[in-house]
Amino acid sequence: MSFEEKLTWVNLFVTLGVATTYFVVVLTPLGEVPAAEIAYQRPLLIAVGASIVLTIAGAILAAIGTAISSELSGQGTVEDIDRKDERDVEFNRRGDLLGYYVASVGALGVMALTMLESEYFWIANTLYLSFVAAALVSGVVKLVLYHRGY
Amino acid sequence: MVKPTKVTNHIRSLRFAAGEMTQAELADRVGVTRQTIIAIEQGRYSPTLEMAFRIARALGVPLDEVFQYPEETK
Repeated sequence: MSFEEKLTWVNLFVTLGVATTYFVVVLTPLGEVPAAEIAYQRPLLIAVGASIVLTIAGAILAAIGTAISSELSGQGTVEDIDRKDERDVEFNRRGDLLGYYVASVGALGVMALTMLESEYFWIANTLYLSFVAAALVSGVVKLVLYHRGY
Repeated sequence: MVKPTKVTNHIRSLRFAAGEMTQAELADRVGVTRQTIIAIEQGRYSPTLEMAFRIARALGVPLDEVFQYPEETK
């Protein structure tokens, strides 16, 4: 597995883990409390911050793991960590493009909610969900390309 | 597994003919990851023309000895 593919896995797991935790925390009180009274701001900021920090930490761990495994198995070298070629760039581009389409559809939803003067809660969370869905689609597309090719 | 590219290649046999060059050695010479060489060998990735030339040069043979494309059938 190339280092770029490992980073894609890291991004996917972090996005999935953080978003799931966030939505469980924020959406659980929804049945008992009106949406306008749910304090989503702090959890949302924490979720965004956690995604950044965990992605960086995951990348560092992946680099250490790659260095150790290449040393132990004798396959590959530490230099593989910062080696990125045209295949990685191409797969990144294709994944990001599909993610962009998903985010665009989400943005249209946010626009509609704004026009309908929905609660800020729904507008903010639909926007966050759009980013999450875009990141997940982008990551899955990249992994499919790495394994199936094109 | 369905092969998504029609381009075929003889990289594997040419590596052995070139002093049993490993995938890692070829990857180093071309400046790509070993996984990319594996993907090209297995027909899971079509390299750009530029990378194809670099692979041919690293193997010491002309481009069309490395990569083939099937004739169109009418």
